[in-house]
Amino acid sequence: MQVDQLYQEIILDHYKHPHGRGLREPFAAEAHHVNPTCGDEVTVRVALDAETVSDVSYDGMGCSISQASASVLHELLSGRSAGEAYAVHAAFVELMSGRGQVTPDEELLGDGVAFAGVARYPARVKCALLPWMAFKDAAARAGVEFGAGSDDKNERSEVKTA
Amino acid sequence: MTTIAIPPGMPQYDDVPRFDVEVVRADFPILGREVNGHRMVYLDSANTSQKPRQVLDALREHYERHNGNVSRSVHTVGTEATEAYEGARGKVAAFINAPSPDEVVFTKNSTEAINLVAYAFSNASIGTGGDPRFRIGPGDEIVISEMEHHSNIVPWQLLCERTGATLRWFGVTDSGRLDESNLEELVNERTKLVSFVHMSNILGTVNATARITERVRQVGALLLLDCSQSVPHLPIDVVDLDADFIAFTGHKMCAPSGIGVLWGRGELLAAMPPVFGGGSMIETVTMAGSTYAPPPARFEAGTPPIAEAVALGAAVDYLSGIGMRAIQWHEKELTAYALDALDTVPGLRIFGPTVPVGRGGTISFALDGIHPHDVGQVLDAEGVEVRVGHHCARPVCVRFGVPATTRASFYLYTTTSEVDALVRGLEQVRKVFG
Repeated sequence: MQVDQLYQEIILDHYKHPHGRGLREPFAAEAHHVNPTCGDEVTVRVALDAETVSDVSYDGMGCSISQASASVLHELLSGRSAGEAYAVHAAFVELMSGRGQVTPDEELLGDGVAFAGVARYPARVKCALLPWMAFKDAAARAGVEFGAGSDDKNERSEVKTA
Repeated sequence: MTTIAIPPGMPQYDDVPRFDVEVVRADFPILGREVNGHRMVYLDSANTSQKPRQVLDALREHYERHNGNVSRSVHTVGTEATEAYEGARGKVAAFINAPSPDEVVFTKNSTEAINLVAYAFSNASIGTGGDPRFRIGPGDEIVISEMEHHSNIVPWQLLCERTGATLRWFGVTDSGRLDESNLEELVNERTKLVSFVHMSNILGTVNATARITERVRQVGALLLLDCSQSVPHLPIDVVDLDADFIAFTGHKMCAPSGIGVLWGRGELLAAMPPVFGGGSMIETVTMAGSTYAPPPARFEAGTPPIAEAVALGAAVDYLSGIGMRAIQWHEKELTAYALDALDTVPGLRIFGPTVPVGRGGTISFALDGIHPHDVGQVLDAEGVEVRVGHHCARPVCVRFGVPATTRASFYLYTTTSEVDALVRGLEQVRKVFG
């Protein structure tokens, strides 16, 4: 059944048992993103230690896809160098924008590969990207160079530094 | 066995007109399709309704046989198109018991109809000479409600921003009804316009209008009813409603998208300044200035959605053929059935009236701890199409403390077995997320 592809065990597991949930201090910057079509929201904080993203903490409310995605974001990017974090971020965005045609790199994306199925549901891609876009804004605000501006004009963003 | 004697005078509903829902379903080609391997169960008619073959045929026939522009051609097809377009206006007028077809203004949708009134207020308030009923400024008030669709909130917020008037609103009670407890204070001598929803698109509530109408008349304000959800589902009589304007849209009542209606009292429309300028809405144009056509033409600048209007006429014929009273009753029985059925789902909370009285066949709910997007996605996998989100009525979600809801909405082609499919689908949702 198709819906199984969407709600992979991995996604449901992250949703029911989120990793690293909660907003922690200290942090370099945070961003709050909202999906106006469904009201989902997430706040992402980035903590830096020299060139390393020492922690990605988050809180939010929303559907299983957006909340599991935040959990995976935390898991994949905490402790990475800015360069590595950028590579993972780019790979996740590419996967989600691929309409199911992109084969994910498991080495790079870890549990993020479970979201490959979500990419086939255009209405849900935004849910999966919500925390990642908030992370990007927070990182940029914290001074981590992360390429061009926000990809999604439908999302409002409030960014503040600590 | 005991025989129960029914006391005389008790309503037994034997005289309520009915129809065969399977015969009706056969008119809707799309209802035969499958979604994700299941027969489609379409429970999103409050969003947009499906279209019967009779309406699709009218659309095709117009383009295949009678296509020409309206109100300007002397040739045969232009004349036929004009007759069909104006004929549709007459059908719509009769459908809502409007005293004259000239009181029916065709728009793009309800949103445009409401904005038309809002901008007429604006235009009448610039300079001098505007009709005092439409002049608005600082110290004046507009009253809406917390139950409105965004289309009956934002145009008034914008009007208040432009003119300095104040926007006020009725609250919503815990059971999902309009809170009229402060009616006397809320609607007062400063009130210029009261605009509220006849049937809520999220709670399903059908608002009683008489008390508010009486108060509106006392203070000399105008009354607009957003009938987007009521005109498709119940018999509507604008004389009986005693409103000044009503707005509704074709696509929710078996017609195509792109056609809506603003009905207004003839003398009020005649006093309203134009909003869109262009062809068809003028009397005489000189380089120094123009004079305007009487309503409804004054408010229909440019080439209108001709085929869509004709198809709306066909939709009105279709609905009238079945009977609005019969449709209303069908949905009432379905709603009673669905409220009982949904009550058996553990952890399900309904927003809005939980009795099938003073409400229509639109039911919003939350499933404990499961986000509506997830509910909608699993239901779709079972072929059940519902709406999830804030339904363009975010203040209602805020009022009930939820970011979004899941909404099932019915129409004349909905069956009790489709309600059963919804309940089975919700069991599946609980299995996936339980």
